[in-house]
Amino acid sequence: MTAPTASTAPVAALALGDDALVLSHRLGEWAGHAPVLEEEVALANIALDLLGQARLLLSMAGDEDELAYLREERAFRNVQLVEQPNGDFAHTIARQLYFSTYQRLLYGQLAAGDTEFAGLAAKAVKEVAYHQDHAEQWTLRLGDGTADSHERMQRACTALWRFTGEMFQPVEGLDGVDWEGLRAVWRKSVEGVLGRATLTVPEGPQSGAWTAGAGRQGLHTEPFGRMLAEMQHLHRSHPGASW
Amino acid sequence: MATAAHRAARTHTDTDGPAGDTALTTAYQVAFDAAVAADERIEPRDWMPDAYRSTLVRQIAQHAHSEIIGMQPEANWITRAPSLRRKAILMAKVQDEAGHGLYLYSAAETLGTGRDELLDKLHSGRQKYSSIFNYPTLTWADVGAIGWLVDGAAITNQVPLCRCSYGPYARAMVRICKEESFHQRQGYELLLALSRGTPEQHEMAQDAVNRWWWPSLMMFGPPDDESQHSTQSMAWKIKRHSNDELRQRFVDICVPQAESLGLTLPDPELRWNEERGHHDFGPIDWAEFRQVLKGNGPCNEQRIDQRRRAHEEGAWVREAAAAYAAKHTTEADSEAGAERA
Repeated sequence: MTAPTASTAPVAALALGDDALVLSHRLGEWAGHAPVLEEEVALANIALDLLGQARLLLSMAGDEDELAYLREERAFRNVQLVEQPNGDFAHTIARQLYFSTYQRLLYGQLAAGDTEFAGLAAKAVKEVAYHQDHAEQWTLRLGDGTADSHERMQRACTALWRFTGEMFQPVEGLDGVDWEGLRAVWRKSVEGVLGRATLTVPEGPQSGAWTAGAGRQGLHTEPFGRMLAEMQHLHRSHPGASW
Repeated sequence: MATAAHRAARTHTDTDGPAGDTALTTAYQVAFDAAVAADERIEPRDWMPDAYRSTLVRQIAQHAHSEIIGMQPEANWITRAPSLRRKAILMAKVQDEAGHGLYLYSAAETLGTGRDELLDKLHSGRQKYSSIFNYPTLTWADVGAIGWLVDGAAITNQVPLCRCSYGPYARAMVRICKEESFHQRQGYELLLALSRGTPEQHEMAQDAVNRWWWPSLMMFGPPDDESQHSTQSMAWKIKRHSNDELRQRFVDICVPQAESLGLTLPDPELRWNEERGHHDFGPIDWAEFRQVLKGNGPCNEQRIDQRRRAHEEGAWVREAAAAYAAKHTTEADSEAGAERA
């Protein structure tokens, strides 16, 4: 590798790649369980986009399958937000709103920069714009739908709020990203959507009791290990096999 | 319905003189028969016999339901797919199936029914789906066997449907068949990788083929002498070939493919018959087939339960979407009204 960022690039590639990989996996769990057929298509579509991004990013850091299937929980660098279980449809949408808004802003900055992620980000930002739109539309429908859906959506937004701060911890190797600026724009965007959806912006800290940036340091939540056990089981049962 | 049929209808009404309802219906029937005979497409606004309409609703709905229920056995492996490439292929396939379900429900709706009504019939067991999806996917190789055998059988069944007499169904099938043949090749390629892989992988592939072969042959339906809808469907050109003809065609296609996969088919009586120019094959266990159709297959209950649960647990989401749409349509309307005033 000749790029000057070669020594730090894998960290960033892992962080962004793991985010996409893990969220894609969670969305894949919806297949066959969605509330309407159109959402079977939409959720699978988003999952596929994310998986495509994950494959490119992980390949920048090494062998995609080795990285996805043979690392232990402590070696994953995704933010805790994306590993949160699907919950009900409102939880899935709240997670998607928070994350796709972040991803769109981050990829927007990366696309404009000159790191080795610029090309990938320029392509991915188009997919992510679609994901964000999908999440916004559903936040509006659920927030401003029935009393029941309003309550569920509010609960979901509140429950996931404490996982949002982690997204703005600087990632080693993503030079030139204005993390504080990102946080401010993110907050403004999310506040706008929640407001239009008649929802209240959650109060309280944007991070849990863990160190800020826990997921990026390989400190995850309990459901994550179980998710990995399922994801990795078959691959690990046949060491060295190709598929 | 195009020219030949209209000509026939006109001629008929002309010669009958002033047309009463009966005469008119007879004229329509003549026009319909002429259109079918001339291989023209029947379109949603054309007159058609009630039985033709209800047969199509039944068949298209069952086809749509099969796409939707058929997502389950494969989705069962999405979270465990052994490589990211295979995972992406499988997700795309399951997504395509949801899309096929949507095309087919739309085609059924052109006959005057609604998706909600059809789903309700599926959930209450009043309409069926393909018997094949009541078998479990027990290993990763089952995903390949489904692609190769189940999609292969579906394609053999469905390619003739691209020329079916009902236009919306025929057009849906053209789109669906293209994607299905892609899935089938991917399933074959998955099995090939396993067959040429480690001994454990090869064994996994063989075991899957052993379990899926006979259920795939059952997908063509009962033997010709027991098939209750066949004669009429063939006369209407909904169906173009008999169950047994299609089944034979499928067997003849699969034998050389199994050979090149390096896998065997679990039928000791399977052999080439020089005289017939086809493969002879052993007897199908029709008792099992009837049991599965009656709801006593390995996964019937599980499949319907999951479908019903997804629908019921999603009710609040659909209600929210409807409430939001109602609110905002009204707002938009009154704003537009205010602007006009």
